[in-house]
Amino acid sequence: MNEKQSDKLVSKKKSNYDLDLLLKLNEQMLLIRRFEEKAGQLYGMGKIGGFCHLYIGQEAVVVGINSALEDNDTMVTSYRDHGHMLVCGMDPKGVMAELTGRITGYSKGKGGSMHMFSREKGFFGGHGIVGAQVPIGAGLAFSHKYKNEKSICVTFFGDGAANQGQVYETFNIAALWSLPVLFVIENNLYGMGTSVERSSSTDNFAIRGEAFGVENKTVNGMDVLDVREAALEAVNYCRSNQKPFILEVKTYRFRGHSMSDPGKYRTRDEVAEMRKNGPLKALQKLILASGFNESDLKEIDNKIKLKVNEAADFAIESELPDETELLKDIIIE
Amino acid sequence: MKNNEILMPALSPTMEEGTLAKWLVKVGDKISSGDLIAEIETDKATMEIEAIEEGFISKLIVEEGTQGIKINTPIAEFSDNEKLSEINDDESNKNVINISNKEVIEEVKSSVIKTSDKDLTSSNNDAAKKITVREALRDAILEEMEADNDVFIMGEEVAEYEGAYKVTQGLLEKFGDKRVIDTPITEHGFTGIGVGAAFGNLKPIVEFMTFNFSMQAIDQIINSAAKTLYMSGGQMGCPIVFRGPNGAASRVAAQHSQCFASWYSHVPGLKVVSPWSSEDAKGLLKSAIRDPNPIVFLENEVMYGQSFECPTSDEFTLPIGKAKVEKNGSDITIVAFSIMVGKALEASNELEKNGINAEVINLRTLRPLDLETIINSVKKTNRLITCEEGFGYSGIGAEISSLIQENAFDWLDAPVLRVHGKDVPMPYAENLEKLALPQTSDIINKAKQIFS
Repeated sequence: MNEKQSDKLVSKKKSNYDLDLLLKLNEQMLLIRRFEEKAGQLYGMGKIGGFCHLYIGQEAVVVGINSALEDNDTMVTSYRDHGHMLVCGMDPKGVMAELTGRITGYSKGKGGSMHMFSREKGFFGGHGIVGAQVPIGAGLAFSHKYKNEKSICVTFFGDGAANQGQVYETFNIAALWSLPVLFVIENNLYGMGTSVERSSSTDNFAIRGEAFGVENKTVNGMDVLDVREAALEAVNYCRSNQKPFILEVKTYRFRGHSMSDPGKYRTRDEVAEMRKNGPLKALQKLILASGFNESDLKEIDNKIKLKVNEAADFAIESELPDETELLKDIIIE
Repeated sequence: MKNNEILMPALSPTMEEGTLAKWLVKVGDKISSGDLIAEIETDKATMEIEAIEEGFISKLIVEEGTQGIKINTPIAEFSDNEKLSEINDDESNKNVINISNKEVIEEVKSSVIKTSDKDLTSSNNDAAKKITVREALRDAILEEMEADNDVFIMGEEVAEYEGAYKVTQGLLEKFGDKRVIDTPITEHGFTGIGVGAAFGNLKPIVEFMTFNFSMQAIDQIINSAAKTLYMSGGQMGCPIVFRGPNGAASRVAAQHSQCFASWYSHVPGLKVVSPWSSEDAKGLLKSAIRDPNPIVFLENEVMYGQSFECPTSDEFTLPIGKAKVEKNGSDITIVAFSIMVGKALEASNELEKNGINAEVINLRTLRPLDLETIINSVKKTNRLITCEEGFGYSGIGAEISSLIQENAFDWLDAPVLRVHGKDVPMPYAENLEKLALPQTSDIINKAKQIFS
């Protein structure tokens, strides 16, 4: 998005959104951004092990979608899940402690970055196998419908997972059984190091449910208000029609696939160009244009940094799981 | 001038005999290819059979209602001459009847379903009744669905078709299509949906038409259902039952004849149950449905039609993780599960004639294994044979053998021996299939080897 376009955005949306909403969206996106930066830092310090997939650059997707949901709706995603958990209201301390493998983490240190859950907050993972969360999300939607809960399940997956066979099995059943599931395809243009054009015969993922009769829409994921608008429509469609819907969100991750990604598959210029038009910058520009001043924005940022630092301290200071945890939670006795 | 015989047809891979439920023709009737001539009742369904040649019915050899007619028994004769149709003549050419549909997996074109004469709603705490394993499984599902609205069953052909093997007979009519759900033939997808529904606090029963097809879905069974409780620090229970026929059926070759006992027993987070009798089937399946954990429930198609005494009470359950000593003995312990229990009992009867008194243990559950019962038996007999239909390599027998030498080595007077399927993909040819599968004689021979 160039300067002129974003000016147009400001003028178009200024009157439509109240400042409180913009500030709330900003706070959620900023929390994810600062949390992920900290996670990256802790990974570099050896405090976080294994795989760690950061959400930096994609914040507008989950924040925009979440802003359209109701309290009892549920959410499930892949292993790039930190942002989803934070926006669901899970405690940053518990999430960070799980990243560092501590007993105070959401999975008592036994799941790690890719496997975290909170039934209480309606977050059902955190799944490590590409595409596996897609039928699981449809199954959660099935349970909502079975129990007449009027809730929907938002099922996130990426452009990489969109080529998995089980996704199409799920599209078919979700349409056949009229399940209230919103499929959100976070198209960040790369499945690990393979670009969409090298992995996918066509780059329009939204229409991939059309053969099954699933309605769809594509939206710019670098603008949280666009995502929110599309999500409001899609969520309402799923809930009132008790049907699936596919929302493709065009986004971009600023960091590597995981922490160990050398990033040879895309140029530095490409990343720099995308960063210039990042989702946070666009939103903050809007907030400033609403009359909010820069120092107040800075103060919000500082508060969030403080919160994230507290989470990091908590995570590092927490105990490792007791050795007796090794053999717990395998089977419910 | 010749008379032709119409023979009792085989209507499924496992059918050995059937009942002639109804004649649809009478002596003197003209028949031509495709005409329906009789209704045959197998242990799974009642099916109409067709004539494949033209002629006139000259004799109905078997009366309506006759049970236990072996396949290839002549049931009628026909002639190509109308007059001869009233004369008896032994001259015959064998004429094998076609069924309407020849698909390998139980394609029943027109099936008039007979429900068992058991009153499905009756309950008597002390009573027992002889029922088939198939009925026992159906009763277990039915009773648990009646008791808990969160229990539902999904799978290929479970609803309108009433089960490829008729286990879900009558359930759609009773519970409706919200709870008895036909799926497309997409195991990976519908298994994942079942797992998601279980995460959403429902209690799905996912039927695999056979466990061979569960390989399409094995990622969801292991990575999603079995591991998520642990990965969530105990938050995400997955109360689900994966069930269906496992192991070899009959003459369906390598892709449709495989035992998954060893595969699934390998995985922490799963419970693996494998019933033999009707009592096992009902008591264990009811427990499995009530269990808060993911359960792989391995049935056996060949056992479906076999009858055993079974408690009729809807309160009857059997504990998962407990084996049953089917026969007490003092000289050698034979452990088995599923169809091999019957073979082990047969073997023990033969061994008795040779002065060898065998104890037979029906494992019932493979994970968690009831090691205590096996050890207690070995302490008494000091000898052990394991039996399984699957491959021996990395098999259940290998595991038990290892556990016994680790835990009861001093009690053994002989090496533990294993009876198991041959290390080959299942062949189709009748003689080769028999060679590949472990037989009663294999158990007898192993036992004699131990005492030689």
